[in-house]
Amino acid sequence: MAMNKGSCSLLKSVIIKNELGLHARAAAKIANLAGRAKDKIWLIKDGEKVDASSIIDILSLGCSRGTEITFAADSKADFDLLRNIVIMAENGFGE
Amino acid sequence: MDLGNNFNMPDNETNEEIKLNGVGASPGICIGKAYLVDKEGVEVVEKYFISGKNLDGEIKRFKAAVKNAVNELRSIIENVPDEVRRHTGILETHIALLKDKMLYDKTIETIKKERVNAEWALKKVVDDIKVMFQNISDSYLKERSDDITHVSDRIIKFLIGSEDVNIGEIDKRVILVAKDLSPADASQIQLDKIMGFITDRGGKASHTSIIARTLEVPAVLGVGNATKTINNDDTIIIDGTTGVVIIHPSGQTLGEYKKLKTRHEEHKAYLSRGSHLKAETLDGLSLQIMGNIELPEEVVSVLDHGGDGIGLYRTEFQYLTRSDFPGEDELFDKYKDVVEVMGPRPVTIRTLDINGDKAISSSNGSEEANPALGLRAIRYCLKRPDIFRTQLRAILRAAAFGNVRILIPMISSLDEIRDTKKLLNEVADSLEKEGKAYNKNIEFGIMIEVPSAVIMADVMAQETDFFSIGTNDLIQYTLAIDRGNREVAHLYHPFHPAILRMIKHVTDVGKEKGIKVFMCGEMAGDPFNVPVLLGLGIDELSMNPQSIPAVKNMIRSLKVEDARHFIKEALKQTTTMDVIKLVEASFGEMFGK
Repeated sequence: MAMNKGSCSLLKSVIIKNELGLHARAAAKIANLAGRAKDKIWLIKDGEKVDASSIIDILSLGCSRGTEITFAADSKADFDLLRNIVIMAENGFGE
Repeated sequence: MDLGNNFNMPDNETNEEIKLNGVGASPGICIGKAYLVDKEGVEVVEKYFISGKNLDGEIKRFKAAVKNAVNELRSIIENVPDEVRRHTGILETHIALLKDKMLYDKTIETIKKERVNAEWALKKVVDDIKVMFQNISDSYLKERSDDITHVSDRIIKFLIGSEDVNIGEIDKRVILVAKDLSPADASQIQLDKIMGFITDRGGKASHTSIIARTLEVPAVLGVGNATKTINNDDTIIIDGTTGVVIIHPSGQTLGEYKKLKTRHEEHKAYLSRGSHLKAETLDGLSLQIMGNIELPEEVVSVLDHGGDGIGLYRTEFQYLTRSDFPGEDELFDKYKDVVEVMGPRPVTIRTLDINGDKAISSSNGSEEANPALGLRAIRYCLKRPDIFRTQLRAILRAAAFGNVRILIPMISSLDEIRDTKKLLNEVADSLEKEGKAYNKNIEFGIMIEVPSAVIMADVMAQETDFFSIGTNDLIQYTLAIDRGNREVAHLYHPFHPAILRMIKHVTDVGKEKGIKVFMCGEMAGDPFNVPVLLGLGIDELSMNPQSIPAVKNMIRSLKVEDARHFIKEALKQTTTMDVIKLVEASFGEMFGK
């Protein structure tokens, strides 16, 4: 479920609901979208922050099912993109 | 098929015949030359330094290799044979990984910074990535580092220019020998060139095994040291039925296997011509012949071999390949896949049957001294109603899409039936409240595999719709024999008089109480046992899909009248050997075919 985290509107959290967790294909979908951002989009898990445009970086966090992850954008220009990523994640990456 | 004269002689006189054992993952026999997919060579990466003025060239070389790798993957995807089309999703991901900045940019950066060759830089980057993956606790996600290995192997292959991995260009029919096959390797194979598979790793449920079974070529997997023992062009025999691989076979061995192979193929062709005919005896009794499956993909095989339905859908796989428990929707999807494909034909879903040797990774709280007699199957499920409910919900939901039966394993007392039904009703009520599509009017059956269930069959029958005899466990528990124990395994036989009497008791009760009796253990899949089973009055047999044609054929050549007379005599026998001899004396000429 998406929720706004306090003051910053460019921070969104999602619970991973895919059975296999945030796996390679899902990560590829995130990286593909994040790669189009004007500035950096980040993926944060337990305080660890990685570049969301790298599949490998995303995979290295090992987000299993039920993990809460947060997406953050550096630039307001990327807000729509961020929202799309979050919607995709909420929908289980179309699986 | 003509194998040519060169197969009549051993490769050379100094080569001793070597026999290796593995898992028979796809039945059949093939004789041919080995084609080694050697990945070891790729792992040896040389390191050398690049002078400043050559750095740009080195980076270009790396970029070109990646580009070639991308192109190669693209063309693999385009040319994937229909049989394996569904597996290409992962290849798309591999293309994305090739260009991932953690791999691509980092390697270029490393070439520049450390002035090393591209191969070495890539290896260094990949090693670093692998370290990051080591700390992941989720086992599925942890194994995603394999994807990165596959991708980097592909780049290195283009950097080094090695060609031996290109299994897409095999120009003769070969036996493929590999450590393991990645989905990319497998989809790259020109399937018509492969006579059989041998791998060091993998087992019955592995990707290679599924592909081999789909193609109906023999495969022996999990051999351990096949790639070390076998050389390119060695003459090899694979017996995928028994899990045996023979290297440098002697002239005599070759002769034997050529005969076996011919007989096997002729017989298979004969059987498959009749596999879609009804399993009806000469005097008009027809039996349902069903398939046992573990993965949804195997449904196709059941239908291809003429199965009338799924007599046993084992559901453990989804629990054993992960560290946590699968969710309801995931299970529902898998069950629904099978149910929909089967249409009106029955799909018998057996609830979770975790046993001693398949301890579930996420629940191994404590070690049991005697797991076969411990907390397994229905006992485990009733102790963990949370896990059981999830599965029951998924089953009832899938039942809305076709003809589902539910089968409860390892029932040893009536309480277990009642407790399970109570849970089923609760689950149905909650689905009703949630307004979800489900069907609770499904047949409810129990496995007869514990001696107490045999003795109490009359009581059990009053609260169940069908019995399914699981012979593997029934024999183990009745005779107190662990088949895995070499010292006593030879004592294990389905024709032990005690087993025959027990089955007779169950079918008698079935007739008296008006419920059907099925059999889904290994005993059901051997044509040799058919006269006995027919005589005992089993209504439905379920087996590995590949066994269906042979069993159907045997049924069609018998009269149930004869089998009933015969079983009276068989039940009078006092030892296993006497029963076997009687079967051979009465029906021997039929097995010779």
